[in-house]
Formats: sequence, structure tokens, C-alpha cells
Amino acid sequence: MRLRQLFLVSAAAFSLAGAVQAENVLKWGANRDIGSLDPYSYGDSFTINVLNHVYEGLVRYNKDLKIEPALAESWEILDDKITWRFHLRHGVTFHNGNPFTAADVVASLTRVSDDTSPLKGNLPAYVSSKAVDDYTVDITLNGTYPLLLNDLTNIHIFDKEWMVEHDALMPTDIGAGTEGYATYHANGTGPFIVESRQPDAKTVFVANPNWWDEPQHNLDRIELTPVNSAATRVAALLSGEISFTNDAPVQDLPRLAAAPNVEVLEGVDLRTVLIGFPFRETLTNGEPNPFVKKSVREALYKAIDLDLIQQKVMRGKSRIAGATVAPPIPGYVDALDTVPGFDPEASKVLLAQAGVPEGLEFEFNCLSDGLVNEEQFCQAIASMWSRIGLAPKLDVAPRAVQSPKRTNGKTDVYTLGWATLPLLDSYSPLLQIFHSKDGNAGVFNWGGWSYPELDKLIDAAGSELDLDARLALQTKALEMVKDEMIMIPLHQQPMAWAVTQDVEQMPLFPDAKPRLWFARMASGS
Amino acid sequence: MIAFLLKRTANAAFVMLAVALLAFVIFRFFGDPVEMMVNEQATQADRMELRERLGLNDSFVTQYTRFVSNAAQGNFGISYRNQQDVMVLIKERFPATFELVLVATVISLVVGIPAGVITAVYRESRLANMLQLGSIVGVSLPSFVVGILLILAFSVSLGWLPAFGRGETMDIGWWSTGLLTPSGRAALVLPAISLSTFQVTLVMRLVRAEMLETLRADYVKFARARGVPARRVHWRHALRNCLMPVITLTGMQIGNLIAFALVTETVFQWPGMGMLFIQAVTFVDIPVMAAYLMIVSFIFVALNTCVDITYAWVDPRLRDDTARAGGRNG
Repeated sequence: MRLRQLFLVSAAAFSLAGAVQAENVLKWGANRDIGSLDPYSYGDSFTINVLNHVYEGLVRYNKDLKIEPALAESWEILDDKITWRFHLRHGVTFHNGNPFTAADVVASLTRVSDDTSPLKGNLPAYVSSKAVDDYTVDITLNGTYPLLLNDLTNIHIFDKEWMVEHDALMPTDIGAGTEGYATYHANGTGPFIVESRQPDAKTVFVANPNWWDEPQHNLDRIELTPVNSAATRVAALLSGEISFTNDAPVQDLPRLAAAPNVEVLEGVDLRTVLIGFPFRETLTNGEPNPFVKKSVREALYKAIDLDLIQQKVMRGKSRIAGATVAPPIPGYVDALDTVPGFDPEASKVLLAQAGVPEGLEFEFNCLSDGLVNEEQFCQAIASMWSRIGLAPKLDVAPRAVQSPKRTNGKTDVYTLGWATLPLLDSYSPLLQIFHSKDGNAGVFNWGGWSYPELDKLIDAAGSELDLDARLALQTKALEMVKDEMIMIPLHQQPMAWAVTQDVEQMPLFPDAKPRLWFARMASGS
Repeated sequence: MIAFLLKRTANAAFVMLAVALLAFVIFRFFGDPVEMMVNEQATQADRMELRERLGLNDSFVTQYTRFVSNAAQGNFGISYRNQQDVMVLIKERFPATFELVLVATVISLVVGIPAGVITAVYRESRLANMLQLGSIVGVSLPSFVVGILLILAFSVSLGWLPAFGRGETMDIGWWSTGLLTPSGRAALVLPAISLSTFQVTLVMRLVRAEMLETLRADYVKFARARGVPARRVHWRHALRNCLMPVITLTGMQIGNLIAFALVTETVFQWPGMGMLFIQAVTFVDIPVMAAYLMIVSFIFVALNTCVDITYAWVDPRLRDDTARAGGRNG
């Protein structure tokens, strides 16, 4: 309630101010709302992405998605190899005016790594942190670990005094059933300040005049409005009610591109679409599992006409992938990016040699709310597989329904999209998908495979501090993944944003995250 | 009468319990909220622990009993996704839905009643035929199609009205209203029309049927014979006698409109209860889904119980029937 009153007062103030001076207001129509103003209480990358405009990490990604200093100016690894020392930026203040110090970093790391935080997994190697002085923090890890900076890009720093004052030192514990102050209020150091929020209706951000960095944007306000229905979003863009959307529906792109006041920004996402196989002894129907044999996986790979899917299902906008990671991801090399080619006759021979019975039935698990055109490409692939004499049973349902089946091994073949977020490094899929299941490793190893040699490579990479040596290990591991055909890579999916002519500059990022501190509006709009 | 009241109230309570039970049975098919809550890097152990803390590992009976005993005290817990008190969330959204339903109801009466009278009185006229044809379209077009067509015409092509949202709102106590600001009123037009299309035709057809009946009644004939002007006969004497069922129907339909507003709300991004529910389904936000179902069914049950009690009060025969045969079930 208080927020809304605040909103009314400020709305009135702004309408007065608006009469005097034109403002650059970016109206952002997203396909969904953020969960809350607390980035640590729900593991949702869109919420973290939006709140990154308000909160910042010790380091951040620049325009080329390379890591650069943010709230920390420099860092070094101490002699014990497991402690990282960060030297913090001086003169940074939170939106409420409090100075940014080492105590804030320690309190924030403690908050995000608390047992009740759903984001705990984002700092897998974290053990403890302590303030050396006001502007120096030591972070201790559980071993040598090269990717701490990548992890820290998404760990937002809160103000300790503010959290103490409002009893928000711990993340909101949903199990306990009590609300938290940070759900409704935000106080970061970032380029934008939350002015008001009405859940599912509008969240308003205003530019932070005291931001420590030189702003590259020229925005005065951002109005984030969720518009869930794709048709309404397109209509709102055409009528100019929103000036930017980070989800322009693929089927409406020609229409949007034809409109005089709209510009479509298209690119290829980092997300690689993969098909995974079960490695258990039996299929879900109790029959013996032929997919443990590499030749059977190869047969299924060769039966997929990747070009046809790219041209027809993805309307020529996807990029056919041979590697499990996209080209910009460290660890990728061109040699990985080859495909075996469409050859259904060879597939039939391979299946016969492997003794796979004609009409083998298996579950093929896809999401209805997952990847771009997922339902369609799953249907296409299922029919390609039935042409080589298999009988895939397509099972399409929303993520919330399919996830339990996938994690509990209650399905056979499945799809998976992996963008390597938030690390933006090939270590991410290697550790989380291809490593054997073991604590933090292999959480997405739904097929249940285990290649001890591959694990060794990944573990070695995970403790190698030298970048080149580490990437060489990862590339080797990716080669092994490819040779064994553990999963079939299909394509990197297309992404499309759209802006109206009011927006002069909107850099498109392949990780699909809008970073509006780089956006510029045409002046006088 | 007191026995009757008690009986009706007990019936209502039983229906509510049954709805809660059904809701809990259905939730098992919505999937696993924990998979939506944790981030990609969470370990299996983290997931198990969260499931345990949310009480999702408890038996069905334990979860149901806990929900009912908490709900009876008005405590629906906090939303998994928004981390907000569920009752606060619903209280914030209710005014939006209610204003939409109210305006849609007014539109349905203002348009439906005259149209019904016209089609009944001037049965063969071109206007009546067109209205009849229009009513078939109104009944058969799904409301999301109507919504999208309206957006296309009035927002994209003409640019008169906003395509989504609720505009600026003003607070009166805890009630937020969009009726007092120009942008709020403009935002209300398209969703209200889209929600009312079905209702308009329903009212129109009901009025028409009732009018046809009434126009054959003796008192209408007498009035005509006495030389009362046709207009007065139709719009005053006949229409008045048709309105009782219309009022009953409108009252009962309010529950339906609140429930079905969720389609309209999705199309127009109307921040009401239906929108909240759709979001909750996507994220398997069980506390919100449970509370929404309970509150909507409460509105239904309350409306029906009120109607039953009013009927019984008006017509004692119903009361006696109830005592003997268990009564009609709303």
C-alpha cells in the first residue's frame, strides 16, 4: 500500500515535471513479471537480470560479455590459492546514501549462501568471507577454483545497515511463511533506482544521478510492464504503448518488421538445444535400454535432418550446432562444430547391427513452455525417428510437470537447452550436464551416464587457475562428449527483440539479457 | 427457518471442504514447485531440503488438514514466487477484477435489455434480425478472440484505447479504483466489452423469451385494448414483469464472470485475480492457487446460498420442501 501511495505522489510530481522538460522514458514490455524485488529469494534468472539494473556485483560483464571490475576495482589470489582478495571501489554509495564498504559484501555473501536461499548454488565453491579493512574483502573457497569471478557477476551486493535496520539479513524463508522487507523494497548501488512497484502491472525505475560509473545510457525512467499474451505485446508495440520488448514472438516478426515505427533486432542465442539419452539399464517401459550403445545414439543422430529443421521449423533463423556450446563460449573450437550429416539408410544399418528391435518404443520428453518452437521440432524429430523404424512416444507438457519426470529418471529421451548461464563458460555444461552425478556436479545429468575419464578432465579444469590450461582441458572434455555422442546438439536458437523508433540504441546480447544501461533513446522523444 | 439456515450453511461449508480437497488432488498434477524455485546450479540435496521445508514431502492428508485449519483462520501462507502474503496479493487484485466484472455487468444490462425488447417486439424487422445474428456471433466467439479483435481495431489501427493494463489507479482505503482517472476509464473499456459479449447475448435472449411470454398475457392485451400507447405497454408494463429472472441471472452470473475474467485478464494484462491465478499455475505457486480457488468458490457458494435463502424467505413452500427432501442444491 505504501508503495502505491508513493507511486501516486511521485506520479503527480512527475506529471508536473513532465510539462517542463521531456523525459526519456523506456517502456519495456516483458513477457512476464519479476518475482519480487529480492533477487535472493527465488532462483529466477530473469528477476536477477532485471534487478541487476538496481543491484550490482563485485564484477560485471561488459558490452562484449567479458568480465570487468564493478564494485571491486581489482583482485588477486593469495598464496594459499584458495583465498581471493578483492579491493573495493571507494566513494560508492547505495541509493539511500549509505557508503559501500567491505561489511556490505560480507553480509551479502552470507545472505546468498544461507541455507534458506534458493540461490545458494550460485556460489558453489564459497566457504566464508571476511573484511580485512573497510575496502578489502577476503573470500575463502573450498579449493582452487577458477570461475569465482563468473559466479560473482550475478551476486548482488546489499547494504548491511539497511538490511539490519529492516530485519532482512536473511533471505525470505518461504517455508516459514513470513514476508520479508526486501520483497517490497530495494536499495542497491546500480544505475537505476526502484521508484515504485505494482506486481504484475508496473515497476518503475529512475536513473541514479549518483551512480559511480559514467552512464552510457540517456534514460530517465524505465517502466517495466509485463504483457504475458504475445498478441497483446505485438499490438502494444505497434501502437507505441511499449517501446521495447525482449520477447518478440517468432511468428510475428515479419509483421513487426513491416511496421514503419518498429525495428526488429534478431540474433542467435547462446542457448544450445540438446537431445539427451537414458543410460539406465532399462527404459521406462521395462524393456532393455539400447541407448547405452554408442552406435544406437549415432543412428538417432544421423536420422535427424538438421537442415530441414533449421529451414522449416526454425524458419531459417537458428544456427545448426555441432558442438555443445556456442562459438562465443570459452572452450569452443571450430573443430568441434561438425555434424555427421543426414543419412537415414546408415541409421537403419546401425540399428540392425545393434540388434534394436523394429518398432522400439520409448518416451520422448519435451516442454510446451521451454525452448523456441520446441513442440514443433520435437514433432519433426519424432517423425524422423519413426521413419527409421522406431516408435518414439512424444510427451509434451509444461516445465513444471516435466521437470520431476526428468530429474527422477521417469522418462527416456529428452530435450535440454543450455546457455552456460550465469558462468558464460564451457565449464558450466561440463560440470552440470556431463559430469557424473555427485553433489554440485551432474545435477542435469538426467540420463545417468558416467565417464570416469571425462570426470577427471572436468575436475582438473575445475581447479586449474591458468586460463589457457583450463580451456585446453575443457576443449578436450568437449571433444570426448562429442565423440561419445552423449547428447545430440541440434542448434542455437534464434532470439528476437523489438524496439520502436523512439529507441536509438539497444545492444542485443547473445545471453538474451537486456542491459538497459547501454540503451539510448532518440532525443526529444 | 433457523433449521433451514443451519442446513444451508452446513451445505455451503461442506462444498468448500470438497473444493479444497479437489484442489489438493489436482495440485499433484501441476508439477513440482521446487523445480521452479531453485536456480540451475542447486544440488539435488538442496532441492530435497527445500521440499522438506515447504512441507511437500508430508502425506496428502497432513497437507490437506494443515491447509484447511490454516485457511479457516484466514491464513493462506505466502506465495512461493512473490514471497508475499497470499491474502494481501488477492486483496490487491480483487478490486481490479471486481470493477471489470461490475462494468461488464452494467454493459450487459444496458445493451442486453433494450436489444431483447426490440427483438421481441419487432420480431420481423431488419434491426431485430441483425441483433439476433449478432447474438449468435456473441455466443459463439470465444472471449479471447473478441479481445484480440478489439485490440487490433481500437488500439493498433485507431489508436484510441490502450491495449493492456489498468491505467492510473487511485486508492480509496485499501480499494484501488481505476474509475476515477481518465486513463483508468479508458483502459477499462476494451476488457469490459470483451468480457460482456457473452453476457450481453445471454441477457438479450432471456429478455426476448420472457417478453414473448409476457406480451401474450391478458393484462398486456387489456392495456392495448384500453389504448395505452404501445411504447408504454412494452417498456413499462411488459418489461417490468420480465426483469425478475434477469436480476436473478445477473446476480448468479457475477460469480461466473469473476471466474471467467481470467481469460480476458490474460489478453489485456489486467492485473486482477485471474491474472494472478494464471501466473500461479505457471510457477506451481500452490498457496496462491489454493487461495484463489477457495475464494472464488466461496463467492459462488455465498451467492447461491443467499439466493436460496431469499427464495425460501419469499416462498415458504421451498422451505417445507427443504425440510422434507433435502432441498435444491445450488
